[in-house]
Amino acid sequence: MASLTLSRRSILLAAGATALSRSLAFAQSGRIAKIGLVQSTTGGSAALYGIEQKQGIELAFAEINAAKTLKDITLQTIHADDGADRGQTVNIFQRLIRQDNVVAILGPTLSNSAFAADPIAQQAGIPVIASSNTAPNLTKIGDFIFRTSVPEDQVFPTVLRYAVKTRGIKRVALIYGLDDALTRSAHDVQKKAVADLGLEQVGVESYQRGDVDFSAQLTKIREQKPDAIILGTLAEEAAAILRQARQLGFDSKVAFIGCNANISAKLFELAGPAANGIIVGAAWFAGFDSPRSKAFVEAYRKRYGTTPDIYAAQGYDAAYLLAEAIRRADDVSNGKLVRDKLASISDFEGVLGRFGWSVDRDATVQPKVLIGDGDSKVFVAAPTS
Amino acid sequence: MLLQQFVNGLSLGAVYAVFAIGFSLVFGVMNVLNLSQGAVFMWGAYVGLEVVRNLALPLPLAILAAGIAAGLLGVLSELLVFRPLQRRGANRWMGMVGSLALARILIGLAQEIFGTQVVRYPDNALAGAAIDLFGARLQLLQVVAIGVAFTMVVALAALLRFSNLGRAIRTVAFSESVARLVGIPVDRVRLATFFVSGALAGGAGVLWSLLFQSVSPFMGDSILLKGLTVMILGGLGNIVGALVGGLLLGLVEVASIVAVGSGYRDAIGFGLVLLILVTRPTGLFATRETKRA
Repeated sequence: MASLTLSRRSILLAAGATALSRSLAFAQSGRIAKIGLVQSTTGGSAALYGIEQKQGIELAFAEINAAKTLKDITLQTIHADDGADRGQTVNIFQRLIRQDNVVAILGPTLSNSAFAADPIAQQAGIPVIASSNTAPNLTKIGDFIFRTSVPEDQVFPTVLRYAVKTRGIKRVALIYGLDDALTRSAHDVQKKAVADLGLEQVGVESYQRGDVDFSAQLTKIREQKPDAIILGTLAEEAAAILRQARQLGFDSKVAFIGCNANISAKLFELAGPAANGIIVGAAWFAGFDSPRSKAFVEAYRKRYGTTPDIYAAQGYDAAYLLAEAIRRADDVSNGKLVRDKLASISDFEGVLGRFGWSVDRDATVQPKVLIGDGDSKVFVAAPTS
Repeated sequence: MLLQQFVNGLSLGAVYAVFAIGFSLVFGVMNVLNLSQGAVFMWGAYVGLEVVRNLALPLPLAILAAGIAAGLLGVLSELLVFRPLQRRGANRWMGMVGSLALARILIGLAQEIFGTQVVRYPDNALAGAAIDLFGARLQLLQVVAIGVAFTMVVALAALLRFSNLGRAIRTVAFSESVARLVGIPVDRVRLATFFVSGALAGGAGVLWSLLFQSVSPFMGDSILLKGLTVMILGGLGNIVGALVGGLLLGLVEVASIVAVGSGYRDAIGFGLVLLILVTRPTGLFATRETKRA
């Protein structure tokens, strides 16, 4: 694979010269599709997501180029790190589109950056596929914006339906973080799902960022005798709630239903056996039983020595979807044509499962219901009946 | 449920109280606010954690080790911040800012050494045990926290009242120049005061992280504010006031969650402070300026 990694500082110096000489070298043997890869590899926790996606995407392109799936077209990524700073993301998008003449962009890492930079690609007619942005209304930016990351509102209703069906849940209590955008929006999704299923909402409790004592809220909830407690919380808080509920002597029949943010090794580390039986939903997990997914996990482990997380999987699928669109377009420079071909994909078998696009160009994949196993510290697929 | 919530509030308040007493002691004696106290609390929690994890010492010894380490950090704040500033005749507000700077340094160090992620104490028999009483479930840990808090307060009161060090501390609190005139080694007494104050913060740190199973470099920030509140509530520099104020704040916080909801918890807690200050500007247990500590 022809890949180029640039730090932010050396962008101007290196980008023009190196990319040019590389493309000349390849010119005889075939066509090159240049693809911008905008993932944060520095910039705090954003880098955790960015690095996973970058690795997933680079793995995908290496496989595609090696297999010559696109015949004489070679996929070449131009990676740029925006350092989780949306001002940088805007600069990088402009440079990739105007100077590097990329045919598509994969990224950026953060929704905030996407809202700032995606309109540039939209205006220039360059398709963008995000694989970690989950903010609502992101793809409303325009018809060139796609995403393989599945937002909470496409996952949670499935999880709740599963819990109702298997555990006979009727009365629920909700607890969520008041002052965090992520937990608040998870709570809104959960509340709507509870209402849609006609469940009785016996209580809503909340807490503030940094709180570690949930005993007052949990004591209150226990009196309301819910069948399930729904968590709109981050992993640390979910862990504390699970532990403290156990210490307060909650009936073991009470189900705990978490949100996307709870799917983390941190949950098990902090909650221990108290995390047993927590029900969560995800678009993908490393133990997903499909041949495509298993092959991906194995290839990723072989190349990087670690187990891929969901962001790596979503990045990997985004890369394959883009390659498929370029194959169908049989063109390495026409962004509009590639976009149209991308939008026409409806039967793609990815790592996450069967892919299609919603009318808003969000990925439509079947969410998976997972159950926490606090003793072996992993999430396992929920039994289907 | 009421009994349960009462215990929830009391154990939360007990930790507030231990923390605030250390805070109050330094204020009472030196008339300065040591804002590094929150960071010392956090370091106490980490030292306790490392001792339990790596040396596998039992909890009481871990609390002791954390107390000693935190006490030394208290001494450090006197040596690095308050003493040099006092020698150079700086305004006492400078000490406040200086100690805040020390706090940020201590937090930065903890971030580098321990990482920014939340960690917890390993499981132990104490954490799981509970007593069922009249339909309430009292965790042994909550009872222990309340017990340790009261013990620390009684021990501190006895130290101040009956020991030579206590008499010396009270004399320094009354007036440093008077203390010097009667031959009290003021510098050493100040160091001892900072040590006791830091040790209380460290002990509170271990209790807190045992109760709530959460240790992070930023855990001292919110309790610093709570400690300030309790100190003002109880009357500046008043030990018994800090105890009652701490328990009261814990109970009020739990009561506000029960009655209204978490969103208003801090508004109610701090609203109470405002109310008390307006009606009793010197706090609930005001002592005259000259009789502090």
